[in-house]
Amino acid sequence: MASGDMVRPGSGAAQVYGPGPGAGREPANLGDILERVLDKGLVIAGDIQVNLLDIELLTIKLRLVIASLDTAREVGIDWWESDPWLNSRAAEQAGGQEELEEENRRLRARLQALESGR
Amino acid sequence: MSAVTEPSVVWAYAVTERDRPACLDGLEGVGGGPVRAVVAAGLTAIAGDVPLAGFGEAALRRNLEDLGWLEATARAHHRVIEAVAGEGPVVPMRLATIYRDDAGAAAALAEHAGDLRAAIGRTRARKEWGIKAYAARPDPPDRDAGSAPRPPGRAAAGSGAAYLARRRQQLTAQERARRDVVTSAELIHARLAGLAEQSRLHPPQSPQLAGHRMQMILNAAYLLADDRDDDLAAAVTDLAGRHPAVRIEITGPWPPYSFAALPEARQP
Repeated sequence: MASGDMVRPGSGAAQVYGPGPGAGREPANLGDILERVLDKGLVIAGDIQVNLLDIELLTIKLRLVIASLDTAREVGIDWWESDPWLNSRAAEQAGGQEELEEENRRLRARLQALESGR
Repeated sequence: MSAVTEPSVVWAYAVTERDRPACLDGLEGVGGGPVRAVVAAGLTAIAGDVPLAGFGEAALRRNLEDLGWLEATARAHHRVIEAVAGEGPVVPMRLATIYRDDAGAAAALAEHAGDLRAAIGRTRARKEWGIKAYAARPDPPDRDAGSAPRPPGRAAAGSGAAYLARRRQQLTAQERARRDVVTSAELIHARLAGLAEQSRLHPPQSPQLAGHRMQMILNAAYLLADDRDDDLAAAVTDLAGRHPAVRIEITGPWPPYSFAALPEARQP
C-alpha cells in the first residue's frame, strides 16, 4: 500500500492512499479529464457558439456527476451548489424554465402561422 | 492553404506568453491535425485547424453528444495542453473554443490580453493537483439495509417500543458515521487548502465514473507552488493516517484548468 514516499505521478495519474481496491498508482481517468476540459478552463467567446451549458451534453455531464449527488447531499456535502452546470439542472428540475420559454415561443409562432393562414 | 483542403475552422487549446513552444512540432491535435501558434498582442494561442464539416455549429452539437467522439476530442485537447504546460505557464481553454480563422483567434487574444496575462501570472510556477477522498465504507448508509432490525413480532407486548428504540439507536449510529465522514472531508480540505495558493471544490463524481462503489466525499483542486510537491505528499500521507476510514487519491500535476477562469467569466 502506498504510504510514506510518494511516487511522483505523471499528469493525471492517480496516487492512492488508504483503504480500498487498487491502492497504488492508477492511470488518468476519463472522468477527471472531462470534468476539467468541459467544466473548467478559460472561457472566452469563440466564433462558433456552442454553449456547453445549453446542449444535451449536459446529460453527459450529469451522467458523470449527478448520480452521486443525492447521496452526497444526504450525507451533508453540498459545496458544489454554486456550480453553474448543476444550477442549470436545478432550474430544469424546478420546472424547465428555458424549455417552457422555448415551447412558448414555438407555440406562439405556430399560433401566428395558423391565424395568418386563415 | 493548399488548393485541395476542405474548409476548416480554428480550434484553440490554450494561451501562453511564449512565441512558439517547441513541443508543437509533431504534436497531434484534435481531429488528428497539427498544432500551431497564433500570435497576437504579445500572447500566443495554441491552435489547430479542424474540418468545418465536423466542427461547425450543428455538427459540433451533434458530435458532442457522442461519448466516443467526446472522449477522443477531450483526450486530444488535454494532450496538447499538457505538452505545452510541460514547457511553461499556460492557460487552458475550455473544450470547443473555435474561431472562424486565425484572425478570429488573434482578435480574441487582443480583446482579452490583460485578463489573459493576469491568468497566466496567477498560475506561473504553480501546479494544479486533484484530491479525491472516499468514504471507505463500500456503500453509503442505506435506509433499509439487510441488517435492519426485524419488525416487531406479533407476540410480546412492548416489543414495538423495543423495536423503535433499536431503530433509533441504529439511525443515530448511521448519523454519527455520516457526520464523521463529512468532518473528515472538511479537515482534509482545510489542511490542503492551507498549503495551496488557491483551491476549488468540485462536485463529487458518481461511483460509476470513479470506478468503484465508494462514496466520494471530497473532489477538490489545489494550486500549489512548484516547490511544494513534497509538502503535499507528506500532508496526504499524514491525513491518510489520521483518517483511516477514508481513501485519498491524488491526481496530477494538471495544467491549471481549475484556476484558469477569468474573474468575470465565473458569472454564467
